[in-house]
Amino acid sequence: MSHHIVKFENVTFKYPDGTEALKGINLLITHGESVGIVGANGSGKTTLLMHLNGYLIPTTGIINIGDIILNKKTRLEIRKKVGVVFQNPDDQLFMPTVYEDVAFGPINMGFDERNVEIKVKSALEIVGCYDLKDKPPHHLSGGQKRAVAIASVIAMEPDILAMDEPSSNLDPKSRRSLINLLKSFSHTKIIASHDLDMILDVCNRCIVIKEGVIVADGPSEVILSNEKLLEENNLELPLSLQKR
Amino acid sequence: MRFDEEFFNLGYIDRLSYKETFIHNIDARVKLVIVILYIISVISYSKYTVSSLFPFLLIPVLFMTLGEIPVKFVLKRLVVVSPFIFFIAIFNPLLERNIAFYIYGIPINYGTISFISIIIKFVLTVSIIIILVATTSFAGLCYALRYFKIPEIFVNQLLFLYRYIFVLTEEAMRMIRARDMRSFGKKGTELNFYTKLAGSLLVRSINRAERIYYAMLSRGFNGTMPYNRKREANIKDFIFLFAMLLILFFFRFFDPVNIVGKFIERII
Repeated sequence: MSHHIVKFENVTFKYPDGTEALKGINLLITHGESVGIVGANGSGKTTLLMHLNGYLIPTTGIINIGDIILNKKTRLEIRKKVGVVFQNPDDQLFMPTVYEDVAFGPINMGFDERNVEIKVKSALEIVGCYDLKDKPPHHLSGGQKRAVAIASVIAMEPDILAMDEPSSNLDPKSRRSLINLLKSFSHTKIIASHDLDMILDVCNRCIVIKEGVIVADGPSEVILSNEKLLEENNLELPLSLQKR
Repeated sequence: MRFDEEFFNLGYIDRLSYKETFIHNIDARVKLVIVILYIISVISYSKYTVSSLFPFLLIPVLFMTLGEIPVKFVLKRLVVVSPFIFFIAIFNPLLERNIAFYIYGIPINYGTISFISIIIKFVLTVSIIIILVATTSFAGLCYALRYFKIPEIFVNQLLFLYRYIFVLTEEAMRMIRARDMRSFGKKGTELNFYTKLAGSLLVRSINRAERIYYAMLSRGFNGTMPYNRKREANIKDFIFLFAMLLILFFFRFFDPVNIVGKFIERII
């Protein structure tokens, strides 16, 4: 299948204050791949993710998502294909109850009430939070907030899931259930994170970004065991690969 | 730490609104209508009315009892708001000095009567609103407002205000704690600190607002929020509404205090 591809061609992006965040990114992610994006703080990971559903439009270069070229006109269409999970779930959960929050996307996509209900129920059941549906977000724990934030995105049934630091601020058990959850998804996954063990577990491909350029791209086991490359990028070997 | 206490107070009113009592389970729209009619009937009295207002106290008391809201909780909040009203009314006794009547030789002027009337009206109307918020989920109230066609833009403001006030206060609390931890009990630069705090909270909120807007966009937000929560008013709601309307009507147009007074006069 070729219609869920993500293709960046020579993408550059300059913030209004003149910071060049991306300096010529070329990449191709095909259907069903799970890709980890790693790099030092400020290397451009988040900026890259913000391009995936058209919040930012590249200064030069072409982004092709599912055979649609990203521009101001097509970004609404692209937002239906790409679900983005943000770093801070408080930013993502803005409705008064969990149910309404998860229903927000499907309602905006124009589904009728019955279908919205079905979608919300199945999304919440996938992340194991259906019991929380009537709770307000500020009564949830960090792990629950994260799970609900993911449910709110998968309720829209995107083809591509993009996540920014999904495992940050989670306790080990919540993190483990998140990893198992991510593994169970068949979507194309793009995960930006500093949690290299999670990337090793979830993603079979890994991309290293440094100062807005891709410096390495390959299978996760190869990249994440290359100590020299990792240290050059303010990273270190995943704990599971470190000798004690 | 004062601020911490205030923060937990805010959480307290929130927690109260999730109780399960008769009043909490009444449809928010019904409660909203009753409260608005109640406020209108209280303030529609002339400015020298005192005795006829007393029966209206029964309604907040009824709500408080059925809703299991502690009296202390409501009184505390009344005290917090009271200075505003108090200073608005304080000059009335000096401005209207016609003597109305004497109590055991002490002259009471019309200004004093209107002062007392204003205070009573304040206590009644503000307490009913505090009780309304404490017995109704805030989202429920917003949906009720939308049901009565209040413009979306105002209701959205309330909805987001309530959702993020907890996030924002928590942020402020963390900053205050961080400051307290390094100030070693020193005072004197307090005001300076709080202006900076307000500034940095503003900047943080603007950044957060932008991220929230991004999150809304990425889920297909197109300018209108979905306000179609389904809640059918049941027979209990209608009976309650009808009973409260009858009581309000009776209090407003038949003046029970007068009736009781005349009744006692006749017995004596």
